[in-house]
Amino acid sequence: MNLLTTRTERLLQGLGEGVELLLQSVFWFRSVPRSLDKIQNHLLEFGNATLPIASLAALFIGGVLALQTGSRLAAYGLEGTIGGIVGLSMIKELGPVMTALIVAGRVGSAIAAEIGAMNVYEEIDALKTLDINPVRYLVMPRLVAALIAMPALCMYVDVVGLVGGAVVSAVNPKISVSIHQFVLNFQELVKFSDVMDSVIKSVVFGIAVSITCCYIGLKTTGGPEEIGRAVTRAVVLSFMFIFVLNYLITRALM
Amino acid sequence: MSALRRFLGIQNDETEDVAGADRPEPGVQVEVQHLSKSFGPKPVLRNLDLTVERGETFVIFGPSGCGKSVLLKHIAGLLQPDSGRILIDGEEVSDGNGPARRFRMAMVFQSSALFNSLSVGENVGLWLKEHRRASAADIRRIVAEKLSLVGLAGSEDTMPSALSGGMKKRVSIARALAIAPNLILYDEPTAGLDPVLTEQIGHVIADLKRLRITSLVVTHDLNLAAAVADRMGMISEGQLIEVGTPAQVWATKNPTVRAFLKTQTKVPVS
Repeated sequence: MNLLTTRTERLLQGLGEGVELLLQSVFWFRSVPRSLDKIQNHLLEFGNATLPIASLAALFIGGVLALQTGSRLAAYGLEGTIGGIVGLSMIKELGPVMTALIVAGRVGSAIAAEIGAMNVYEEIDALKTLDINPVRYLVMPRLVAALIAMPALCMYVDVVGLVGGAVVSAVNPKISVSIHQFVLNFQELVKFSDVMDSVIKSVVFGIAVSITCCYIGLKTTGGPEEIGRAVTRAVVLSFMFIFVLNYLITRALM
Repeated sequence: MSALRRFLGIQNDETEDVAGADRPEPGVQVEVQHLSKSFGPKPVLRNLDLTVERGETFVIFGPSGCGKSVLLKHIAGLLQPDSGRILIDGEEVSDGNGPARRFRMAMVFQSSALFNSLSVGENVGLWLKEHRRASAADIRRIVAEKLSLVGLAGSEDTMPSALSGGMKKRVSIARALAIAPNLILYDEPTAGLDPVLTEQIGHVIADLKRLRITSLVVTHDLNLAAAVADRMGMISEGQLIEVGTPAQVWATKNPTVRAFLKTQTKVPVS
């Protein structure tokens, strides 16, 4: 019982401090003009680390989605609706969630490792003695980069997933839906509001991943072993937040 | 805006910098009053009092774990005291509101604490860039000047990972000097260095005394202490047990101080 109480207290304290870190970062948005070089560097990191694996994953998940659902739909003569089904699945669920998971694994882990190492090797203390606010210097640029990169990456993943689905639908003899038909059905079933839902999810996931990983990094103390543990903790916590927030946002947007 | 800042616990780093304005001397006075700090049940500092005068180089020495670095971190504003306070030129810095800007303070860390993702030049010029104190051309000039002062001219583009321990320490001192500080805190500046590098760092600190900046050096290296100190004090079990000029300290009858001094094999004090 005591252990449960302690863990709950620690979780609530962590959540509170995470929200405080987010608010402090938002406060420093007014320093964005003089942090453009750092934001640009972080945007490049987001792209470099994520694009290759996101492209591969999206292409094949779109393809598998078309393969799994298309053959079943064809049994009932409903293969014409494959464009809309793949489109809705990618845009409303798989695109934002998959992008967030990849970003958490590739970029979030790097953020936690870098900031954690800076904390362990007294670089954060050095920043403080130079009167440079660590939240303004380290967290705010990463949050801004995440807010720009996540929706863009999510849209990209959606499009690549649709391409994968369309190609598989066209070439698989059991489905045999032309790319033209696929696109027409997609246009018929997917609304602009569905795309906006995807953008909203990716923005929220971007905030959750960047703040979680920065927070874990800033809380890292000890030695090199702790940096490794911090990276694992940051990625696992980010995944948990993505799954929980995905349900909550989906419910709120219904 | 200031209420929101206080609510969010944000330390300002954009206030007007008035350090040096109408200042008769570059150095500041540091007063530590009844400072106590414990980590868990273990008291580290116990009702410690200390005054360092303007332009003075004060060396704090003592055995490992006696609280020297903890004292320095309190003065730097990195730790908050359990009780007591720290005044710099009469201004309280231990109230948790971050360093005020009536003076500039720099710290040379035991680990050097260089930013590994930045080059040597970017490390030295970071404060100037982030606080927009100079144009890009002026920053380059100041960085070159400070690196030259510590014997590392032309190393602006080198990354910290390519530097030796002694070079890192000197870059760290150049970074501190780029601020044009009124107070420099050195935390074990020669720890882990060989005798040649230790002597080099000692020369750098001794050379800087002519700038009349107040310096606080924490070390257990008594050779360095004797070479640079105007006054020195020994901390034992969280309290300052001896204060005086190097000659006075070496002549002390305090058995604890004498026992510590005996551990040094070579002490170049005349």
